[in-house]
Amino acid sequence: MSYEMVIGLEVHLQLATASKIFSGSSTAFGAEPNAQANAVDMGMPGMLPVLNAQAIRFAVMFGLGIGAKIGRHSVFDRKNYFYPDLPKGYQISQFFEPIVAEGMFDVPMPDGSLWPIRITRAHLEEDAGKSVHDLFPGATAIDLNRAGTPLLEIVTEPDFRTAEQAVCYLKALHALAIALEISDGNMAEGSMRCDVNLSVRPAGSDILGTRTEIKNVNSFRFVERAIAVEFERQIDILEDGGEIIQETRLYDAERNETRSMRSKEVANDYRYFPEPDLLPIVIDDQYIESVRASLPELPADKRRRFIKDFQLGDYDAAQLANDRSTADFFEATVALCQEPKLTANWVLGDLSAALNRDECNIAGSPVTPELLAGLIRRLADNTLSSKLAKQVFEGLWAGEGDTDSIIEQRGLKQVSDSGSLEALVDAVIAQNPDQVAQYRAADPDKRKKLSGFFVGQIMKASQGQANPQLLNPILMAKLASDD
Amino acid sequence: MSVTPEVVSQVAALARLDMTDADLPAVTERFARVLDMVASLHTIPTDGVMPMSNPHDMVQRLRDDIVTETDQRETLLAVAPQSEAGYFLVPKVID
Amino acid sequence: MMQNVIGASAKTQLSLLDRGEISAVELVTEHLQHIRRHNSVLNAVTEILDESALAAARAADAQRASGEHKPLAGLPLLHKDNFCTRNITTSCASKMLADFKPPYDATVVSHLHTAGTVTLGKCNMDEFAMGSSTESSFYGPCKNPWDVTRVPGGSSGGSAAAVAAGFAPWATGTDTGGSIRQPASLCGVTGLKPTYGRVSRYGIVAFASSLDQAGPIARSVEDCAMMLNHIAGEDPLDATTAAIDCPDFTHGLSDDINGLRIGLPRQYFGSDLDPAVAVLVHAAIAELEAAGAILVDIDLPLTHDAIATYYVIAPAEASANLARYDGVRFGHRCADPADLQDLYQRSRSEGFGEEVQRRILVGTYALSAGSYEAYFKKAQQVRRLIRADFDRAFESVDLIAGPAAPSVAFTLGAKNQDPLTMYMEDVFTLSVNLAGLPGLSLPAGFTEKLPVGLQLIGRAFDEATVLRAGHRYQMMTDWHQHRAPMISGVSS
Repeated sequence: MSYEMVIGLEVHLQLATASKIFSGSSTAFGAEPNAQANAVDMGMPGMLPVLNAQAIRFAVMFGLGIGAKIGRHSVFDRKNYFYPDLPKGYQISQFFEPIVAEGMFDVPMPDGSLWPIRITRAHLEEDAGKSVHDLFPGATAIDLNRAGTPLLEIVTEPDFRTAEQAVCYLKALHALAIALEISDGNMAEGSMRCDVNLSVRPAGSDILGTRTEIKNVNSFRFVERAIAVEFERQIDILEDGGEIIQETRLYDAERNETRSMRSKEVANDYRYFPEPDLLPIVIDDQYIESVRASLPELPADKRRRFIKDFQLGDYDAAQLANDRSTADFFEATVALCQEPKLTANWVLGDLSAALNRDECNIAGSPVTPELLAGLIRRLADNTLSSKLAKQVFEGLWAGEGDTDSIIEQRGLKQVSDSGSLEALVDAVIAQNPDQVAQYRAADPDKRKKLSGFFVGQIMKASQGQANPQLLNPILMAKLASDD
Repeated sequence: MSVTPEVVSQVAALARLDMTDADLPAVTERFARVLDMVASLHTIPTDGVMPMSNPHDMVQRLRDDIVTETDQRETLLAVAPQSEAGYFLVPKVID
Repeated sequence: MMQNVIGASAKTQLSLLDRGEISAVELVTEHLQHIRRHNSVLNAVTEILDESALAAARAADAQRASGEHKPLAGLPLLHKDNFCTRNITTSCASKMLADFKPPYDATVVSHLHTAGTVTLGKCNMDEFAMGSSTESSFYGPCKNPWDVTRVPGGSSGGSAAAVAAGFAPWATGTDTGGSIRQPASLCGVTGLKPTYGRVSRYGIVAFASSLDQAGPIARSVEDCAMMLNHIAGEDPLDATTAAIDCPDFTHGLSDDINGLRIGLPRQYFGSDLDPAVAVLVHAAIAELEAAGAILVDIDLPLTHDAIATYYVIAPAEASANLARYDGVRFGHRCADPADLQDLYQRSRSEGFGEEVQRRILVGTYALSAGSYEAYFKKAQQVRRLIRADFDRAFESVDLIAGPAAPSVAFTLGAKNQDPLTMYMEDVFTLSVNLAGLPGLSLPAGFTEKLPVGLQLIGRAFDEATVLRAGHRYQMMTDWHQHRAPMISGVSS
């Protein structure tokens, strides 16, 4: 029996507001425990929430970014449960009427295709604090700095069928959040947390199986692994004739397994009801249009523009447009050298490889747009062949200077004048009479292959600097003649 | 009686209130009396009536996104029953 | 002179201060001594703040001496003990908060402080404002100054009794289902519940968020208007305050009420109203008619259903508002909790009294899966219908008049055996909170030497009309000037 996985994702995105969603405390990361929690955040007696205008704006920006319906009338609700890092004993969230309703999200896949995902809804809510279990013996320590940080909870329909789709969605969602500047999307700091809802079913079935929820997976890699192990775990159970228990689980990265969350076993009836301390949010057309007008260019639009203006292929355009810093780097380079195709190749090729190898991100690249543009210009004007350009690139990466000075220092100029080339050809022909005879005796369709030997010898003799395009006709001419 | 002791027990658990077996009958009896009284609501026709959370049609008041608070840890932790090194403490929670 | 000061209105006491006929220290000292003399019997004040009050009085005198002073400099005041007062115990008459000293003031407290009032102490109340008799207080019941075997009403019983006893000329109270108006009626003083959203709830320990409202309890409508001036207004810390201008509520109080249409709901004068109380309320309304008002019979058909509606919504909101009392960050924590759930359950069961626990259970039930639609949502729908009843009535009248409470003060222990009996106390006041409208209770006479109150209800944000009619009544009658025996030291 072969099974397929059915996955829906809930992402909690911390919004990059300066202050919290319902109080004037700072949202900055890394403060001393409880140094950024005021009486409202702590749910002290008599304290009341007041809504941060920027949180609404960011939510609407996200909604517009995914082409979703914006809720013209949305309401906050109390989600009631007891946990020490939830100070009021309820979380202010949105249940009945969220600020963003249905939308679509096209996930760019590695092969250049787009996988459409339905977004069910996105709503605003406040984050809880942090429970630290291993600081004090026999006790759990509570830090409420995070309590009240605005979250946008983005929920998808169960439209994912592979871990790769899920990860690509997360990456694209991350890129969108960065492009919109509504979140720093920093998974390591908890700015973007993912809950994975996974069920399995026999391949070809359209009935949903029982799902489990794996909570708070905080890296792309862990999402991939968690999906893999949970998929296996559920299949093992079903093949043994068992039933999947609907429950909440945690991914343990060290053991690479998921385990049940004991504290959530007590059935929780959240008793949602409209938050009486806050009034309904009413959003009119004027507001939506003003937000729309202020949106920065979205990755999808950038992708389309790269294809249209730069004649890039779908794959390259997607790869470049997805990440804001990569796109900016690319465009800065093109502005300086006017060679979009070459630039795309270099950014996605050698530059990308070097960045990965040295674990650097593009913003910190030693090869800046200026330096890369210089290299590309020399390629475009034939001063360098691609092979030589790679050597120059190494020099740029190592900080030896700019392209022209490296060409000077290393003597890497391409040999392009016909005189030198002819001399090179003559020399090689003279040194290899047997191969020349072989060539001239061969059938025309075998000659191409045999000419490769001569090209190789000339490259060796010239330290790779012979210009291959200009070399070829000269070589062909001299080989052909019976001189 | 409209409500059983089991139900009251469950509700008490949801509300994190201790309910001993000794208390349960009396609590259930009084709870049921209140519930029976409020059940009279069911007879009132309300088709198509929007629920009212708030008495007036007021617009949501918003706050500018400015940090207005300083570190108040010392003041606020001073009223806490148990704290250490800047944290509130509770018995260890096992997840 | 000194004797007349106790029980004098805030307006009178302020003019004595302004004219230099008495110093703030003298005034405050008199009141503190009076409290000390009688509070052990009444139990209206749970914490007397001698030191800070005298210090504030001295500062007020210094201010006045310097020429420039705050408008109410030196005027004594009491706060109901659910108003957070910085570094001063704010207990809500509950074991849960018996040691809680908030590090902040409620907005109402800071406004009155800014105006120069001197806080003499905190007033007893029903625990967490849940009750109509102040018998559920952790500190023991408060007594009615007119008859100490009887209750003062609740939940602002301490504030009403204190004002009736002359402990202060005025006090703050809160009203969620009648908790200012009913005790004012039972204690023969004047109490105003402003329109919902008129006064900030920031720093007032929440009971039912969509119903709670803070207001004055005082010796006269004029005094209520004066306090309202200082406490009303939009507050950036409370999103439910209205972005609406506040007039000067003391202006136009003496304007006539010729042609003012006053509605008398049939449902307010039925069998649940004590006949003796009915007589006095009718007489009071007749006075308003004699002053030029036109009486109109109206219908508020859902008056009785307001009780069920209220006793779903208020406990539901309260069940969530009181979830924060978990022994973690403030308030009572049980000894040696075995684990987290034990911490929660014992702290809460030890900290909360019976009525509070009962309402938490009712509220939790009403919100729970399977009950939400039939109870909570249903009650919210009926709430809209109740508001619609009032809106319809106000198409043909400008004010609604009736009793504030179904009877006079009852004896201690008479109604707290059965929760339902107690809940019926608020039959005339609950619907006003559900509709969010302003309501005023004024002394309208005595039956068997116990006070009776007249209630006036106005349109949303039309405190001006309510106060004007109330003041007109107090210009024509002197019920509000009657002093409880405790004040004059003479049995009445």
